Amino acid sequence: MRYLIPLAVFFVMVIFLGVGLTLDPREVPSPLLGKPAPAFSLPEVSRPAETFTQERFTGQVSLVNVWASWCVSCRQEHPTLVELSRKAIVPIYGLNYKDERDAALKWLDILGNPYVASAFDADGRTGIEWGVYGVPETFVIDRTGTIRYKHTGPVTPEVLEKTLLPLIRQLQAQS
Amino acid sequence: MKALLLALLLALPFEAGTVEIRQFSDPVQEQRYERLIDDLRCLVCQNQSLADSDADLARDLRDEVYQIIQSGQNEEEAIRFLTDRYGDFVLYRPPFKPVTLLLWGGPFLLLAAALFFLISHARRRSNIVSPQLSESEKKRLDNLQRET
Repeated sequence: MRYLIPLAVFFVMVIFLGVGLTLDPREVPSPLLGKPAPAFSLPEVSRPAETFTQERFTGQVSLVNVWASWCVSCRQEHPTLVELSRKAIVPIYGLNYKDERDAALKWLDILGNPYVASAFDADGRTGIEWGVYGVPETFVIDRTGTIRYKHTGPVTPEVLEKTLLPLIRQLQAQS
Repeated sequence: MKALLLALLLALPFEAGTVEIRQFSDPVQEQRYERLIDDLRCLVCQNQSLADSDADLARDLRDEVYQIIQSGQNEEEAIRFLTDRYGDFVLYRPPFKPVTLLLWGGPFLLLAAALFFLISHARRRSNIVSPQLSESEKKRLDNLQRET
C-alpha cells in the first residue's frame, strides 16, 4: 500500500498541472462585469461631428467591439462580425482604439463596416476606462447598459455560436 | 570599414531602449511613482512590471499613474484606479481575500501537513522495540558467534 502514496501525489500534481496548462493566461477576468459601461464621450469615426457616448447602449442588448486598423487579430475576426451584422441579430458598436482616422476609414471601406457606429478613441483613454489591454476585445452589454460579458481576442465563429449568441439571446429574452 | 564598425558598436548602447523623463516637483512623489510602476504588472507582457515594459499600454498606464501621483493623490488611489479597470491581476502582491485564501494559506497548510507527517513518523519509529530473545535463542546465538 505504501508505494501507492507517491503515485497518488503524482496524479494530484498531474491534475493540477493539466488544469494549469489548459488555462489561458491572457484571459484576465474583468472587474467591469456586472457594472455599468464606463462613461465616455468621443467623436464617431465616420462622422467626426457626432458625439458617441455610452448612453447609446441603453434600451437594447448590444455588442461593443474594440478594434484598430493596426491590429492583426482584428482583421482575422472581421468577416465574422460583418456576417453577424448582416443577420441583424444585435447591433454592433465599435471602439476604434488608438488608431488614425484615415487608416480606420480605409479599413472599413475595404473590409466592410459591421458597426452601427464606431467611437474614435485616438489617445486610448476610453480604452483604459474599459480595461482594454489587448485588441480585439468584445463586450456584451444588456439593455440597462450593464457589461455582461467580455471576450478577449478575436471572435471566431465558434466563440460567437457557443458563447456570445446564446448570451445575447438570453439577455434579449429578458424584459 | 573599421571606422564604420567602431562607430556602429559605439552607437549600439545608445540606441537600446528609450528613457522617459518625468518631472516631479516633490521627491516624495517621485519615489511613490517609481515604487508603484515597479510593483504593478503590465497586462501585455505579463511577466514584466509597468516600469520594465516597453508595450504601448504600459506607457499609457505609466502616464496615468504619473498624473495621479502628480495631482497629489496617494499610492492607494493610483492602485485603485488600475484595479477598478484591470482587476487584481495588475498587482504583483495579490490582496488577502476569500478567493486568494488558498494562495496565502496554502504554504502554511503544506507546512502543517509536513510537520504532522514528520511527527507521526518519528513517533512510530520510537515505538519499535527490539525483539526479546528467549534463553534457548540466546544460547544458539552465542554458539553461532563462537563458530565464526
